[in-house]
Amino acid sequence: MASGAQTGEPEAKRPEPQSNLVTAAYEHPWAIRFTHWLNAAAVFVLAASGLRIFSAFPSFGAKIPERDLINIPKALTLGGWLGGALQWHFTFMWLFAGSGLLYIAYQLLSGHHKTVLFMPRDVKGVWPMTRHYFLFGPKPALTEQYNALQKLAYTATVLCGMASLLTGIVLYKPVQFSWLAWPMGGYHLARLWHFVAMCGFLAFIPGHLIMVVLHGWSNFASMLTGWKRDPEYLARRSAE
Amino acid sequence: MCFTSSGDSRTVLASIEEKKLKRLSRRELLKLAPVVALGAFAVTRWQDPLLGRGVRLSDWASGLLFRRQHRAKTFSAADVVPFEKFPYNGYDDLDPGVDLENWTLTVAGNVRHPGEYTLAQIQALPKIRQNTRHVCVEGWDVIGSFGGARISDFLALVGADTSSRFVTVECADDYYESLDMATALHPQSLLCYEMYGKPLDRGHGAPLRLSLPTKLGYKSAKYLTKLSVTSVLGAERGYWEDQGYSWYAGL
Repeated sequence: MASGAQTGEPEAKRPEPQSNLVTAAYEHPWAIRFTHWLNAAAVFVLAASGLRIFSAFPSFGAKIPERDLINIPKALTLGGWLGGALQWHFTFMWLFAGSGLLYIAYQLLSGHHKTVLFMPRDVKGVWPMTRHYFLFGPKPALTEQYNALQKLAYTATVLCGMASLLTGIVLYKPVQFSWLAWPMGGYHLARLWHFVAMCGFLAFIPGHLIMVVLHGWSNFASMLTGWKRDPEYLARRSAE
Repeated sequence: MCFTSSGDSRTVLASIEEKKLKRLSRRELLKLAPVVALGAFAVTRWQDPLLGRGVRLSDWASGLLFRRQHRAKTFSAADVVPFEKFPYNGYDDLDPGVDLENWTLTVAGNVRHPGEYTLAQIQALPKIRQNTRHVCVEGWDVIGSFGGARISDFLALVGADTSSRFVTVECADDYYESLDMATALHPQSLLCYEMYGKPLDRGHGAPLRLSLPTKLGYKSAKYLTKLSVTSVLGAERGYWEDQGYSWYAGL
């Protein structure tokens, strides 16, 4: 700066503003990205093989008389037959549980959960955000990394994942974990809750994918590389 | 320039060279390589070995969880489904034509008294009656009433070496099964000759079947003809297991 003043050279002699300079934020640490993709693969396998397992007895009632509720197209399922589907399920349940526990442990130990866990104070922010997303209402002023609706979705999905795991444990080991079956209304009902928890988890995915598409490549890439180029909230901060 | 944004722990780099960012990004992307390894499951010829390993891991963990003193829940008579609502479930023939008059159970393997045992000898052992849940791998379950002798009592009668690892059975309908010794010795594991207070009918496995409340239903073989005590399992571990079901199948 001083040299420019000494020589009295005009603007033209200054170095060109480097066009290859960008701003970036490290949004998603490795633990989050790793567990995200591990979990995505596990959920896909568990849901598809689970539907095949359900097809062996597509009912929540008695065996006699058996009243089938649904005929699940084979194309949506994985494993080919009950035994094959169980193999997928019994293999990927470990990845699902492992990735879930690692995710929760990381969030809690790093303190990152404070940015994403839905708390009572977030309740008031849900409706304005819902109005913005679904009814083209005005965009509420954002003060945090995740808005109230995002927090609600992420938190509810993690709870559905925990419910899937716990009901799954009861279905897998109803004798060894009979104490866990009791609050679920018994072994028989646990199968229904396992199905409901899966539906809850899957309900998150379409909305999630739509938001990923709407937010563009840089946002998507950050779940792969961790780095997000020119994040929108940085512009906001420099204006502050 | 590097600073941390307020409110959370994100690192923010203002004015970083694009090339540098690409290098950083590539390095981070590579750290996800372990996830890509899951692609091995998409390779047809690796699928079976990998899934086999997954099932073996699950069976191993299931064995660790098993506790002899953990009893399967028993139910009052009011919770038992009526006899006609207890499914006849067989993989093939519901009546393999067992000669009930001349039936004997052949006992072999690591036992002091191998040979043929009659139903009367088994019925002379202390009789256990229990209302337990029969859980099918397909996803349905029924609470039924079962009566019979403890497998552990029968193993004592035949002088079995219970430090052996397995009990295997063969059946009149060519079904076959094998059990870990810990489950065979479980106090609720029965050589079952009665259901609902009556002798087993042909559809339920007359004259003798297994009733194992701590295992999935397919382990409870019917129409028993032979029981062996062994520490070595051959290629034939169980009819369904040999086609891909879990061998341990513990509840």
